[in-house]
Amino acid sequence: MVDASVFIVSAAIIILGALGVILSKNPVRAALSLVASFFGVAVLFVLQEAHFLSLVQVVVYGGAIVVLFLFVIMLLGVDKAENLRIEPLVGQRYAGVLAGVGFCAIICAGLFLSGPGGEDGAVALTGTPTQEQARIIDATTPDINQLATDLFGRNVLAFEATALLLTIATVGAVVLVKNQKKPVPASVAAHSAADSENSSENTELDAENEVDE
Amino acid sequence: MEVTETWYLVLSAVLFSIGLIGLLVRRNPLVMFMCVELMLNAVNISFVAFSGAFNDIAGQSAVFFVLVVAAAEVVVGLSLVVMLMRYRASATIDDLSVLKG
Repeated sequence: MVDASVFIVSAAIIILGALGVILSKNPVRAALSLVASFFGVAVLFVLQEAHFLSLVQVVVYGGAIVVLFLFVIMLLGVDKAENLRIEPLVGQRYAGVLAGVGFCAIICAGLFLSGPGGEDGAVALTGTPTQEQARIIDATTPDINQLATDLFGRNVLAFEATALLLTIATVGAVVLVKNQKKPVPASVAAHSAADSENSSENTELDAENEVDE
Repeated sequence: MEVTETWYLVLSAVLFSIGLIGLLVRRNPLVMFMCVELMLNAVNISFVAFSGAFNDIAGQSAVFFVLVVAAAEVVVGLSLVVMLMRYRASATIDDLSVLKG
């Protein structure tokens, strides 16, 4: 009963936060709604006894990623409200909503139709893991120990690959935002005659900030 | 009333769809990135739910990797946005059409 009430409250926070992200005109409000949604997800992780992931969810998603978003919003000064009435591509909005609702309907139909009685939907979708594939959760060991054993044991190659990925991302970010001496292409310059001077003085600041991240 | 994994999977599907709608409808590149984060979080919810359903830690490891990829994606994506905004102050994702040859 407690579980169900915690689930319902945090699910409501998650959904309302997500709706806040896609409906708010101001990007700063969207970022703050995103934080609410991430916190709801962290609560659900605690409910499922994934304590370490819940911590990481708050620190990495709610902390680092959203702060990075806010940094970029403030740095570029795009925190002014967007006019959501303008719809450059006619029918895009309806088509997008239709695609999203249709996708949700397909997933839910698969979930409820696949299993006998609906309750076994998850198992019926993926099949039960075989004995040698399974890494059974031991309730007496803390989940962080088990996660570490799995990460540095079976998944150590994937773990190394993520280290490489992070290095590439850092180098890529530095290369992308560093001061470029090349002339702006004519087609782009034509668009940007008005705002060229206020963007060029931000350049060094941008580069420094991205290196920190 | 017991919370089964089906509850989590339905929530995950709804959250993913909201992110998908946002990605298709919004044109501010920053908000579009936030919608991608929502979709990744929806997948994380279902990974942890499967981990609980099968009593198997592999689902939680998958969440860890998703987290790393999300961080890398945001870093590169936001530096692309910074670059785009240098050329035009009020850029929308449509302005990336300057990339066509």
